[in-house]
Amino acid sequence: MSEAVDTPRAAVKGASDGKKAERRLAFWLCAPAALVMLAVTGYPIIYSIWLSLQRYDLRFPSQHEFVGLDNYITVLTNSYWWTAFGVTAFITIVSVVIELVLGMALALIMHRTLVARGLIRTVALIPYGIVTVVAAFSWRYAWDANTGYLSQLFDPDGAPLTQRASALTIIIAAEVWKTVPFMALLLMAGLALVPEDLLKAASMDGATAWQRFTKVMLPVMKPAILVALLFRTLDAFRVFDNIFVLTSGAQETGSVSMQTYNNLIKGLNLGIGSTMSVLIFLAVALIAFIFVKVFGAAAPGNSDNGRR
Amino acid sequence: MAEIVLDKVTKRYPDGALAVSEVDIRIADGEFVILVGPSGCGKSTTLNMIAGLEDITEGELRIDGERVNERAPKDRDIAMVFQSYALYPHMSVRENMAFPLRLAKVDKETVRQKVEEAARILDLTQHLDRKPGNLSGGQRQRVAMGRAIVRDPKAFLMDEPLSNLDAKLRVQMRTSVAKLQKRLGTTTVYVTHDQTEAMTLGDRVVVMRGGLVQQIGSPQSLYEQPANLFVAGFIGSPSMNFLPATLADGHLHTPLGDFPLTDRVRRLAETANAPRELIMGLRPEHFEDAGLLDDAEKARGGTFTASVDVLESMGSDKYAYFTVEGETATSAELEELAAESGSTEMTDNGSQVVTRLSAASGARIGSDLTVWFDPDKIHLFDPQDGRTLTYSS
Repeated sequence: MSEAVDTPRAAVKGASDGKKAERRLAFWLCAPAALVMLAVTGYPIIYSIWLSLQRYDLRFPSQHEFVGLDNYITVLTNSYWWTAFGVTAFITIVSVVIELVLGMALALIMHRTLVARGLIRTVALIPYGIVTVVAAFSWRYAWDANTGYLSQLFDPDGAPLTQRASALTIIIAAEVWKTVPFMALLLMAGLALVPEDLLKAASMDGATAWQRFTKVMLPVMKPAILVALLFRTLDAFRVFDNIFVLTSGAQETGSVSMQTYNNLIKGLNLGIGSTMSVLIFLAVALIAFIFVKVFGAAAPGNSDNGRR
Repeated sequence: MAEIVLDKVTKRYPDGALAVSEVDIRIADGEFVILVGPSGCGKSTTLNMIAGLEDITEGELRIDGERVNERAPKDRDIAMVFQSYALYPHMSVRENMAFPLRLAKVDKETVRQKVEEAARILDLTQHLDRKPGNLSGGQRQRVAMGRAIVRDPKAFLMDEPLSNLDAKLRVQMRTSVAKLQKRLGTTTVYVTHDQTEAMTLGDRVVVMRGGLVQQIGSPQSLYEQPANLFVAGFIGSPSMNFLPATLADGHLHTPLGDFPLTDRVRRLAETANAPRELIMGLRPEHFEDAGLLDDAEKARGGTFTASVDVLESMGSDKYAYFTVEGETATSAELEELAAESGSTEMTDNGSQVVTRLSAASGARIGSDLTVWFDPDKIHLFDPQDGRTLTYSS
C-alpha cells in the first residue's frame, strides 16, 4: 500500500536568478496599488491618531495644543462613552446572533429550494439592496407614534421610539432585517462547500437530520461561518445609520459611532472626536484579531483542513 | 448479514424519466454481487434505492424478508462506500471510523476496540490520528472501507469505490476488497462500470443497460453464454468480434468466408428459430494462426486471409487486428457499446476483427496472414432485438 508523501514546500531561499527577477517584477506590479492604499487609508488613520493627541476644538481654535494622551483619559473616564460602548456591544451581539440563526435558516431554504430558485434568492436579497438610510426611514415611519402602522399594531398608546428598550429592539430589528440576506448569502456559499456525498454518508452512518446538520454540515462550513460572523460583527460594531435616523441617539440609544459623530461633526471637537474614532478602530481591530487568533477564522481558501 | 431481495423495483423520476425498470434480484446472505453497465444504465440508482438515498417508485425491497421501502437509510443498518469516499474532513481517521458507532451510542471502550481492530485489518493503525486531507488516495479509500466495516452492518454497498485510484492501486485494492469481503462474509452489492472489476470480484454479476437488467449470472456464464448482443459485447476484453452473417442451407455466409454450421450450433439455431440475416460473434481467443496448426485441426474450422493492421505483442500472446471486407454488423446495442467504449475507428470499408494468436505466430504488420477460427465457438444473434440464438439461458 502506498503511503502519503508530505512534500515539503520547496525552499525559496535558493531561488534562481529567474525567480528573483520574477519577485522583483511582482513587487513593482504591486507597488502602485500599495501606494494608493497608503494614500487613501494609511494617511487618514495616521492623521486621526495625530489629531487625537491634541486639544483641537474648532470653537476654541486658540487653545489648539499638543496634550499627549489627555483626550484618551477624558474619553475613557466618561460615562457617556461607556454607555454608548455598552449599547454598541449589546446591539452587536444580539443582532449578530439573530442574524446568524435566521441567515442559516434562510440559506438552507435557498439551498434546498428546487422551484423558482432565482426568484426566491432575488426576493430574499431585496432588503440588502435598499440603501440603509432609506430603509431606516421606512422603519421610522412604521414605528411613528401617530401614523406608523407597526406602532398602531403593537403599541397603539405609546411611542416606541421614545422608550429605550423598545427603541433598541427596533434598532436591532432594523439591523437584522437589513443584513440577514447578506448573512444568508455568505452562508449559502459555505453550504455549497459541503459535498452532497458527505451528507449521504452521514445518513448511511445513522445520523438524523439534526445530527447531519450539527456534526457534519456546521463543522465543514465553519470557515465560511466565521468569515460571515467576522464581517457582520465588524459592521454591527460600527452601527450608525439606523440609530441616526430612528432615534438620533436619544434615550441613551447612541452607539460609539453616534458619539463620535456628535463630538466630531456636531461638536466640532476634532481632538475628542478623533480619539473616539481611534478607539473604535482599536476595538474593531481587536474583534478581528480575536476572530482570527482564537476562533481560527481564515480567509476563504486558506483553510488548513485540506481537501477531503 | 442479510438477504436482500429486489422485487420488481422501479424508479421513475417526477419528470417521467424511467431510470430503473422492474429490477428483480435476489441477493443471498454473504453474496458478493456486482452491478455493472455503462454510465446511465441505472446501476447507481439501484444501489441508492437499496441504501434508501432514493425513493422506490414501484416494487418492493426486502432485507431479511422485511419490506424496507419506507425506512430511512439510518434504519436499514447498511453501510456504504462512496466513490468520493465522503470522509468527514474535520475528523481524524479514528473519529471518521468511530462516527457510525458514536451515533449508535456504543460505549467508548467498545468503539475504541472496534476502530482499532478495523484499522489493523486495513493497515491504518499508524494513521489513526491524521486528518483525511493528509492521506493518499489509497489510504482514504481504506478509511472509507473502515468506516463501513466497524459497525458490522447487514450489508455493504459500494459505489465505484476504486475508480478514483490509479490503475496499479486499483488492481491491488480489488484483491483486498475481495479478500475482506470473503473474510467478513457480509452481503455486498458493488457498482462499477468496469467489466474487468465485475468479472474478477463478484460471485454474481448483474449487467444493466438503460434501466433494465440484461443478464444475471456468474462471471464465467456471462462470458460463455451471453444472453444478448449487449452482454456479449460488454463482457470480455478485448471484446467479442461482431460480423454480419447470412444463414442458408445450414451454411453461414460471412465476411470471413462461407462455412457450414457445426451440429451443436445448428441445433440451437433451429430451436431458436433463427432468421436468415444474423449477427455472428466470435471471441478473439477462438482464432489462431493457421500456420501453427496441423491439417486435421485446420480442416475442422474455417480460415481467412487478410493483412495485419496492428499487432500487439503481450508476451504470452499476440493480438492481431484485421480489417475484413464487406458490410459491418449494425444494431442499436452495438452502437451503444461503441459509444460507451469511445471507439470511433469505424472503418468505412469493412469491420475490424481482433484475434488472439499464440506468441509463436509469425504475424507481421502489413503482411498477409491466414487465420483459422473455430466455428463451434460462434455466437449468433438476432439483429432485430439482439437476443442470442445459440445459447438457451
